[in-house]
Amino acid sequence: MIKRFVVGTFEEEKVLFPAVKNVRRAGYKIHDVYTPYPVHHLDKALGLRETSLHTMGFIYGLTGTLIALGGMGWIFAVDWPLNIGGKPHFPLPAYIPITFELTVLLSAVGMTLTYCWLNQMMPGVKKHHFSPRATDDAFVMVIELMEKSNEDEIKAFLRDNGAIDINTQVAEEGWWFGRYDQEQKLYRTEEPVIES
Amino acid sequence: MSLLRYESELREPLVDGAKSYHQVTEDIISPIESKPSRLWWIGFSTAIALLIFGVYSVYREVDLGIGQWNLTRTVGWGWDITNFVWWIGIGHAGTLISAILLLFRQTWRTGVNRAAEAMTIFAVMCAGQFPVFHMGRVWMGFFVFPYPNSRGPLWPNFNSALLWDVFAVSTYFTVSLLFWYTGLLPDLATVRDRARTKFRKMFYGLASFGWTGSTKHWQRQESLALVLAGLATPLVLSVHTIVSFDFATSVIPGWHTTIFPPYFVAGAIFSGFAMVQSLLIITRKVLHLEDYITIGHIEAMNKVIVLTGSIVGCAYLSELFVSWYSGNMYEWWAFRENRANIFSPYGWAYYGMMFCNVVSPQLFWSRRLRRNVTFTFFMVVLVNVGMWFERFVIIVTSIYRDYLPSSWTIYYSPSIWEIGFYLGTFGLFFTLYFLFAKFFPVIAVAEIKHVLKTSGESFKAEMETIERKESAQFYTEDVAAGHH
Repeated sequence: MIKRFVVGTFEEEKVLFPAVKNVRRAGYKIHDVYTPYPVHHLDKALGLRETSLHTMGFIYGLTGTLIALGGMGWIFAVDWPLNIGGKPHFPLPAYIPITFELTVLLSAVGMTLTYCWLNQMMPGVKKHHFSPRATDDAFVMVIELMEKSNEDEIKAFLRDNGAIDINTQVAEEGWWFGRYDQEQKLYRTEEPVIES
Repeated sequence: MSLLRYESELREPLVDGAKSYHQVTEDIISPIESKPSRLWWIGFSTAIALLIFGVYSVYREVDLGIGQWNLTRTVGWGWDITNFVWWIGIGHAGTLISAILLLFRQTWRTGVNRAAEAMTIFAVMCAGQFPVFHMGRVWMGFFVFPYPNSRGPLWPNFNSALLWDVFAVSTYFTVSLLFWYTGLLPDLATVRDRARTKFRKMFYGLASFGWTGSTKHWQRQESLALVLAGLATPLVLSVHTIVSFDFATSVIPGWHTTIFPPYFVAGAIFSGFAMVQSLLIITRKVLHLEDYITIGHIEAMNKVIVLTGSIVGCAYLSELFVSWYSGNMYEWWAFRENRANIFSPYGWAYYGMMFCNVVSPQLFWSRRLRRNVTFTFFMVVLVNVGMWFERFVIIVTSIYRDYLPSSWTIYYSPSIWEIGFYLGTFGLFFTLYFLFAKFFPVIAVAEIKHVLKTSGESFKAEMETIERKESAQFYTEDVAAGHH
């Protein structure tokens, strides 16, 4: 799906934050803000919900624990009970190291894959980069143009709020394993609480 | 809303010089974009030469058998396992810096974490070679993994500390790699967006996974980094604990010790920081990164070295005391005759270890010496030598004299191919490190930019003027309110 965006660049955090607030108050739809480093509280200012990646990490970890205990228990107590120096067939203390390692392994690998999946990142993915400065030294705000949006009005609004290098770009949203432009529901539906 | 975290003016700036964000990018990325220096080529080709010698040594061992090494029936573990423990110990500093210091909110880690994590990964790769090739029939190596096989199925013994090690080391390698690489993605995207040549555009385009810097992605990135740090913290402690179990769960005098897990972990961090120091002191000099890896960073790492060195020293002494106090004659013999007796065949190794690990790092209590780069470099080399002696002492002096004097090995010394294997891992390590320093940002650019606002030199100066103004304002308000 081809969309049009107004792109404005900000050079300072202290200019960016009021601008985000004003743009959202004015009712424009911020597509995203691209920053060279993690700007804390920007996600809150944009009204993004908390990520649930860590919950997934917990679930993957639990899977690892169960696989390890279940696997070792089945192998040593059911499939091939082996008498090793008269030790029990399910010696829990001896199973702790491997259980722990598999918990950590599955949690870390699972989370990283989920992270790449959610961010739609993998080698060879082509994405539209609105400004090369976004990975260098500037904060790039991208506002999506709707059918009824007034492009010039938005541009003037951004300029008033301290943006530089304001321009319009046309971009096709990338595909991700055949999932065409399935809009991520990142924005909360209720009225956003903006920190002051 | 205060976005800025207050930081005491007594703290040294983490980034020297008045840098802008672009300047940070420029300083750290530009070495990647220029041709490698002469020094780089000399270092790289030396590393390759060592690697080739190592590959040949390993080839002989695989082709002709483990008899190429001077191991005997008594000394079954010699240089190979010593080197394994040594390398894996070195690997611990990277995760400590990146994970534990992240949880402790130590912002100075940002200058050194990237290189330290890379060092971890390369060190673990080197470490892994030793147990694998010690198997002898290395092509049967996959037998260690529990998979349904046609031999029964015959499963590995889950009660064995050696099998725990397989899981621990491979998990450690995987998690360190993921942690390092997910942190690298934004910086690789920075290189990609600056790229001029076709090769660089393609290579960094692939390597950066299409990173854009979206706010949502950063949010997930921070969540991922935090949870991975939380996972890596117990992991790093578990790995060397499990390595120490290789010894501690046996009944060999000198190995059968409950103090081993914490003692090994402290020693690992000790030697790891020493290796990070030696690499970073060279890197900052060659790549002109003195503004990012400051004397303050070196001092902070030296403090960790003196702390962990003292812990290790206490462990040595309590181990010695307990071997006598236990009343076990075999235990006491192993310590009194095989180690602490300076005239015994390996007395030199024990006292070398004591000197390098316990005595000499105490000089770091002096602030002047901690902040002296040349002295630090000399010292950390000494620490790494000392930590190698430690592993050698633990392994060889415990087993070269068996219970029956008839099965004593008079003196174990390595064959040229054992030494070659060790040198070869140095070759592997430095080959990888040189490639890393050439093609990847050696400092976490995004993280430096993140702390620049709170801890950069220019910011600190600005903060001071704000504070002064504010206190002056308070004063006038106070006067106005009639308090004076």
